Amino acid sequence: MFGSPKSKATVWLPKLVVAPSFLLSLLFIYGLMVWNGYLSFTDSRILPSYNFIGLDNYQALWVNERFHVAMRNLLVFGVLFIGGSMALGVLLAIMLDQKIRAEGVLRTIYLYPMAISFIVTGTAWKWMLNPGMGLEHLMHQWGFENFSFGWLVDPRMAIYCVVIAGIWQCAGFVMALFLAALRGIDDSIIKAAQVDGASLPRIYWSIILPSLGPVFFSTLIVVSHLAIKSFDLVMALTAGGPGFATDLPATFMYAHAFTRGQIGLGAASAMVMLAVVAAIVVPYLYSELRSKR
Amino acid sequence: MTIRLSVHRVILWTLLLVFALWFLAPLYVMLVTSLKDAEQLRAGNLLSLPTDPTLYAWLKAWGSACTGVQCEGLQPFFWNSVQMVVPAVLISTFIGALNGYVLSKWRFRGSELLFAFMLFGVFMPMQVVLLPMSQVLGWLGLASSIWGLILVHVLAGIPTTTLFFRNYYVGLPDELIKAAQLDGATFWQIFWLIVVPLSTPIIVVTLIWQFTNIWNDFLYGVVFSDSGSMPITVGLNNLANTSGVVKEYNVEMAAALIAALPTLIIYIVAGKFFLRGLTAGAVKG
Amino acid sequence: MGALSIKQIHKSFTSGTQVLKGIDLEIEAGEFLILVGPSGCGKSTLLNMIAGLDAPTSGRIFIGERDVTDLPSKDRDIAMVFQSYALYPNMTVARNIAFGLEIRKIPKAEREAAVQRVAQMLQIGHLLDRKPGQLSGGQRQRVAMGRALARDPVLFLFDEPLSNLDAKLRVEMRAEIKLLHQRTRTTTVYVTHDQVEAMTLGDRIAVMKDGCVQQFGTPAQIYRRPANRFVAAFIGSPAMNMVDATRVGDNLTAHGVALDLDAQQAYAVRHHAHSELVFGLRPENLGFAATGLPGVLTMIEPTGPESYATVDTAIGSLTARVPGLLNAQVGERVCVRWEAADAHLFDRQSGQRLGH
Repeated sequence: MFGSPKSKATVWLPKLVVAPSFLLSLLFIYGLMVWNGYLSFTDSRILPSYNFIGLDNYQALWVNERFHVAMRNLLVFGVLFIGGSMALGVLLAIMLDQKIRAEGVLRTIYLYPMAISFIVTGTAWKWMLNPGMGLEHLMHQWGFENFSFGWLVDPRMAIYCVVIAGIWQCAGFVMALFLAALRGIDDSIIKAAQVDGASLPRIYWSIILPSLGPVFFSTLIVVSHLAIKSFDLVMALTAGGPGFATDLPATFMYAHAFTRGQIGLGAASAMVMLAVVAAIVVPYLYSELRSKR
Repeated sequence: MTIRLSVHRVILWTLLLVFALWFLAPLYVMLVTSLKDAEQLRAGNLLSLPTDPTLYAWLKAWGSACTGVQCEGLQPFFWNSVQMVVPAVLISTFIGALNGYVLSKWRFRGSELLFAFMLFGVFMPMQVVLLPMSQVLGWLGLASSIWGLILVHVLAGIPTTTLFFRNYYVGLPDELIKAAQLDGATFWQIFWLIVVPLSTPIIVVTLIWQFTNIWNDFLYGVVFSDSGSMPITVGLNNLANTSGVVKEYNVEMAAALIAALPTLIIYIVAGKFFLRGLTAGAVKG
Repeated sequence: MGALSIKQIHKSFTSGTQVLKGIDLEIEAGEFLILVGPSGCGKSTLLNMIAGLDAPTSGRIFIGERDVTDLPSKDRDIAMVFQSYALYPNMTVARNIAFGLEIRKIPKAEREAAVQRVAQMLQIGHLLDRKPGQLSGGQRQRVAMGRALARDPVLFLFDEPLSNLDAKLRVEMRAEIKLLHQRTRTTTVYVTHDQVEAMTLGDRIAVMKDGCVQQFGTPAQIYRRPANRFVAAFIGSPAMNMVDATRVGDNLTAHGVALDLDAQQAYAVRHHAHSELVFGLRPENLGFAATGLPGVLTMIEPTGPESYATVDTAIGSLTARVPGLLNAQVGERVCVRWEAADAHLFDRQSGQRLGH
């Protein structure tokens, strides 16, 4: 063990065993990250070039209208998706915590979307929200002649379709985590509150939810990081459209780096994404690891 | 907690059912749509059952639908995915187990720090490695090949699998390792004879988690493959976005279901382990 | 050189805390050494060093003639029974016992013979095909011992093996361990915090506190002549009665009451550097009589074979241990008396024993 006298082999064997994968993994993460960073400072177009051009790409991003749309969408989508998933997830968890007989079945139903690809989700919802044949058509057939649902092709509303599909996929995940946490709460505390005369909503609000702070926080982090990485869902649901109305930084990056021959710009947008994620995740990881000491 | 007022229960159940329906709706829609032909599609609506169910859409989705230039259906991509997923899952799981074993039972100076750095990899947006990685794959001669995809998935998966195993092994009593050392067992003997046999739950969790994530991945698939090595998610997306003359939504739905089936089946069969993977990943230990 | 020699072992953590401050112990082959003390005294740390699971900051450890300080555990020819038994959950009892031999590539026939021999000795033959999860606490204990016995090592180490058992089982297993030691005569080091185990099992006891050995001797020595106040209070239950006493002139008084001393004690008191002392009396040395130190009974605890009676006296609250049931009531006035020679004297500041 740590500190015990060891034969020579035992000293370096563990290090040797993890070294290759550690090294490769760290190179993959940080090495490539640095390389990408470098690319973002070059004038690469279709092929990478190594002519240093300083912050030109970032300046270009700053004035790029499409990138503005993407970042704005990230904010809108981010807030709604994260907020919606968390709210729905917590609600479902609280409801399921009420000793429901069919809990197992319901849990399975709420969680299954996490098992399928975002592409499948996007494809399905694209059909369901299809202006001519989807929800609108259904409503018409049911007698609501004046119902119209053209959100999917409306540049202003399309992003909300992405939000809906996203919440559908991820709320179950939030529910699962919160349910597990709720289950971990000591029953006797709740019984004591009941004896003290507190009503159920009061118990939840004043006692249970506050003690779920850590779970809330870590779930928030994971869902946020899902939001920022949202690429698959947008590609399948709207392909960034109509036009680039539902663009997100992830799709912006892909488009510019791989289809529009603007590697430098794409690399810069990736670095911006990294900065946003790091701003959220690094403090969280740091505090998590610190508290484990 | 017992709730006396039955009005509350009624509201509760209503809400639960409404949400259940909302969650199930897309699955239901996919299913019924995929069993209709063009006529029924036009005549019916999202929720209507097929008046004359047919497997036309499924067969076409599998064997003859167009995904861009090719018109071979999803079949080749399904097998690409299989070829990609199996080695990637097995390799990343094995490496994760070894790393977890060392990090929990054979800690050395700096190992925790290295692990922390690696952990960031779980959260990092992958956009940031795409460009350099395609260069690297090009140099290795693996660009646009299934082995290239396997490599990327393994590298990207190591932080997660390591996390899973490390957290699990921390729960194995240290005294077990000490006893084995006293018995004279070596590093490897302890791993194979004692630790691995005790790892069944976490192995299952990791295999399922990796399988689901790698099978469902799109980003790496779309960046690092070509028409010959494309996984099923990319094939599906191409199929659904190919602007043919007439959009065959029934074929699209059938294709989506084909793509979703493997992970869905695993979820239904081994949902408990899937759930453990989720909670293990998010609620760090 | 004895069967086990520990020379000047020091252990400090990188944070600076000194866990072991110079341990010197030596025992002969076949002896049963007990390391006993309160939590944090360093006994488990010392055991881990003997086992090779931890390394000392300085000092050497010899097993027989060999300096094993730098050798890994597997080369020291020792076996250990852990507090949690540490049985391999995925293996049968038979394989658990034979595992060490399996690693050393002992041929199958010999391994089976060893398993049978051990199973007979510990009467676990009927458990050989079960897995640890299917055994009771006491059975697991035996299997853990069996695993150690099968290796036939030169040194046995026990790390609080009885702590996880309930009281009754603990007494039974204690007897089994003693019998086993009488049969196999293997040199043993046994760590415990229970002073009853220490007294009943040990050939020699090392009482530890704060990383130092407070006293090293036989149970009799430790009991009859505790080297300092800590050892006196730690060993023996109920604990020794301690009374603050002061030398006044040629006499020893506590709260104004003169305490009788025999010749040797008087001599020691007179020639001691300080006058602040502690007067100690073991409960069994106190008795009730018609005359003596008067007091009031405040509590009686009957245990069956004897009773512990607490008496409030002028020199403080004293606990006496008397055989059988006490024919008295709480609140009664009684007189307590003792033999002067039975008393123990300690320096109040240093805690060290006075005199012989």
